[in-house]
Order: sequence, then C-alpha cells, then structure tokens
Amino acid sequence: MPDMKVNLAGVELSNPIVVASGTFGFGREFADYYPLSELGGICVKGLTVKRRDGNPAPRIAETPAGILNSVGLQNPGVDYFCAHEMPWLKQQGTKIIANISGNTLEEFAELTEKVSAAGVDMIEVNISCPNVKCGGLAFGTQPESAAEVTRVVKKYATVPVMVKLSPNVTSIVDIAKAAEDAGADALSLINTLLGMRIDLNTRRPILKNNTGGMSGPAVLPVAVRCVWQVANAVSIPLLGMGGVSRGEDAAELMMAGATAVAVGTANFTDPRAAYLVKQQLAAWADSHGVSDIATLTKTVKAW
Amino acid sequence: MKQVYLCPIVEAGPLGDYFTLTVSCPALCALAAPGQFVHVKCGEKPLRRPISIHNIQADRLTMIYEAKGEGTQWLSRQSVGTELDIIGPLGKGFPKVEGPVLVVGGGIGVPPMYFTARSVGEADAVLGFRSADKALLVEEFQSVCRNVKLMSDDGTLGQKGFVAQGVAEMLKARTYSAVFACGPKIMLKTTYDAAKAAGVPCYVSMEERMGCGIGACLVCAVKIYKDGEAVMGHVCKDGPVFRGEEVVWDA
Repeated sequence: MPDMKVNLAGVELSNPIVVASGTFGFGREFADYYPLSELGGICVKGLTVKRRDGNPAPRIAETPAGILNSVGLQNPGVDYFCAHEMPWLKQQGTKIIANISGNTLEEFAELTEKVSAAGVDMIEVNISCPNVKCGGLAFGTQPESAAEVTRVVKKYATVPVMVKLSPNVTSIVDIAKAAEDAGADALSLINTLLGMRIDLNTRRPILKNNTGGMSGPAVLPVAVRCVWQVANAVSIPLLGMGGVSRGEDAAELMMAGATAVAVGTANFTDPRAAYLVKQQLAAWADSHGVSDIATLTKTVKAW
Repeated sequence: MKQVYLCPIVEAGPLGDYFTLTVSCPALCALAAPGQFVHVKCGEKPLRRPISIHNIQADRLTMIYEAKGEGTQWLSRQSVGTELDIIGPLGKGFPKVEGPVLVVGGGIGVPPMYFTARSVGEADAVLGFRSADKALLVEEFQSVCRNVKLMSDDGTLGQKGFVAQGVAEMLKARTYSAVFACGPKIMLKTTYDAAKAAGVPCYVSMEERMGCGIGACLVCAVKIYKDGEAVMGHVCKDGPVFRGEEVVWDA
C-alpha cells in the first residue's frame, strides 16, 4: 500500500480521492455503503444563503458515456446545513469542503462567514454552475469578476479557499490566474460542460431547463486538458475532476497536475464508486512502483 | 452496510409488448416491500434504470418493464445466467394497512401492483389498459384478488372508460381501508380525486427521470407539501409512493 496522503493547500487529506459537489448530497446516503472516512474529503452539495428548490424536472438526461443535469442548486440553505448537517459530517473522519454559491458579493461574504464558523475544513467557491440564472457562472466567465469574488471570500474565510472553475470559457487559464492573483489557495476544475439533448418524438429538450451541465466519462479528456493547462500557469494546488470513474483516471488527472481528484457522476453509477477509485488508485500505484502518491502530481512528460 | 448485488438472471423473455426478467437474490428479496424499486445497471450506461418490483417469490425477484430506451433495450437482450448489478430495494413503498385495499394499475403501472395485492391481507383491483391486446397479468390478479374490474380505453376489454370511473364504482360498492395506485400521472390524479370524494386514503406511486436512486443527486424532483409548504421532494427517497394529499398535482 503506497503512502496515500496529500496536502491540498494546507489541508491534509488521508488520500487524494474526494467526492464532487452535487453528486454526494451531504454524504448520508453513501455512508450506508462504506465508511466516509475512506474518502480524502467531501465537497458538499452547493449551498446558498436561502433555501433553493432548484429547476423543474426532468433534471437529468443520458448522453454517450455521460449525463446532463439541470438540478439548479437545490439545497436547504446554509443555516440548515450548519445546524443539521455539519455536526454529523464532522464526525465522519474526513475533510469537509463547503461549496458556496452566492448571487451577489454580499451573499458570498455571508456564506463564507457562516461555513467558516461551522467548522468546515475548506471552502470551494462555485463561480461555475451552468444551471442558475444569476450568480453561478456569471461570476466565473470573466477574470475580473472571478477575482472579485475570490477577494471577498478570502477576506471573510478562516480556512483555505478553493475556486471552482468552469470549462465554458474562452480561456480557463486566464480565470485561473485571476483567482490565484486574488488570493485563492487552490483551484478545483472542471465544473460541467453546457450541453443539450432533444427527444426526437416530442421535439422537446429532455431537460425542462432546456440545457444542462454535462459530466461523466465523456468529459475526462477535457478535464485532463484543463488541469494540465492550468497547472502550467499557476503555482497553487489543483483539485482535478471530470469524468473520473476508475483509479487510472485519477492517476491521469494527477499526472496532468492535480494534487487531489474528485469523483462525481460515477457516484450515480455505483454508490461505492469513490471508494473503489481510491482502492484502484492505490493498486495502480503499487503495481507501478509509486510509493508516495503525492509524487505523481504534474509528472506528465509533455511532448 | 447496504450492498451492491450481483444477481444472476434465472428467467427472461418477452411478455406482450413488455419484457419480464427474474433474478435470484436472497438478500434483496428478504428486504423488499411492495411499492419499492430496484436500480439496475445496464451494461456501460452511466445511469442505472429504476424498475419496480413485480413479484417476489422466495429468493427470486421479478421485474416487468418496457424496453423503451437504450438501457432497457440492453436489458432485454440479456439471457439466463448473466449477472446483473443491482442496488435495492430502494424508496418508500406502500404502507401496511388493516382491512381490504383497492389496488389500481394502469398500463406498465400494473405489474408492481401484483406484489402489492399479494402482500396486503385482502385486495380488489382495478386494472386499466389501452385495449384488450395490451392487457397484462389479468389472470394473475384474478387469482389473488376477490374482485378485478377491467377498464379499457376502447372497450375491447372489460368496461370502456377511464380507470378512475372504475375506482369510483368500486368505492361505492364496498368499504376499503385504502387505495394503492400506480400508472400515468393523470390516472393517479383522477384516482386520488375519486378516493378523496369517497373519503378513502389514497397512496400513489410516482415516476421521474432518476439519477443515483438513493436520494443524493436530487434529480427526480416532484413537488410535494411538507408541513403545509410546497417543497421539492424526490421520487427515489421520499417516494416512489406518496400520500395523495402530499402531491402538488398541478405542479
């Protein structure tokens, strides 16, 4: 068994496998299938100041080797999370990363203060949700607004701040650099790719929201490319994600430049997916003479 | 800890316009309650397919499904001996009630009501089909129910008319402790209306495109009333069976 510990911007993870926000709820459902202490960390469901009901159903469609979702940040609100979910989460023996999504800079400040006080280990700033009208991606498509949000969150945070980037931009590197310059401690990438599917019989989009975020195995190469480009442009650590469903996928994202790797959509295919990816990554490292998993990061020998 | 089961197929084949599939899975069968569903991995498809439980016999679980999309079409090509990757039983099924129950099924909503009818102490049934050639499991229901009323859209089977008319007639003729229904949403609503008018509690099994199946991804949203307020519930965890008055019907 290799040494699986990694350090993500000062947060010590027992292993590099984290679960992606929006694919794991607040963890309770998966705790029925394996102990959550097996995970390096949990990025919890995106939190907003007020409760959000999300978009109307259908909210999911299948795509070749992937899915589209248009949940639209349904969540019980940050106060409920702090009062009812955090006390339980803190006892699970894994790092808790709060994913926050504000409509305004003031909301980002409020969310940051509240989750910091609740004792989360890290904050993931969602400026990349494609399924909500205001906030979300609106902040994440321009370097200036991404930097502005980062500065506000950094000002109020008492824990490391990670900014989650969208691939739905002309240059993800420019956004990444802007977040780093504004003080981000880490970056997570990629959020979903905007997509659409149509039911041929009804000529209606399958999603009631018309468009949704694409994820799953099909997006892995996009994630590898984005992580590699960003790793070459910034010096802060990266949480890589996008289409990871096997240990080898996690190794690939680490080689591209990720310090840790999140498993997302695969959690829907198999509730044990993140645990299995961790086991497979350890086995892969063993069979390839990697005794310290952290040494894998950014070792791709590009042509 | 909950398990992901590998269940060998012991029987599979077409059944009219649909397909029937029986797997062996003692652990899952021991836990399953009427109205619950299983979540079946279909080859390399990223999403499992939620399928209701048609019947449990000892350690065998039978599903009847429509091969409508790529996942269920893959499933229909699998043969005896293949191991299926299944999680379940999932969701909240029909409640336990004392006294006779009226079970109501429409179209592909008919199969799960068989396990339900068998499991309650005493059941009558109203089954609705488009036409006689689409009928399903009629004899099976007749063998476990005292009285089975058949309804068809075109009158080629039983009585011509909608399921809810049959429900209203049955509720007039006999006192039931509850109505349990599965079928298209419009049938569920009209059945609920008929039950409400008769003052009988009604439970309906809802459907929505589903992701994880265990309540984490929040995609199978359905509007329900909770403490008097309309909120987003989820078919996989809060349902699939809801009390009729819980559902926001005009959502």
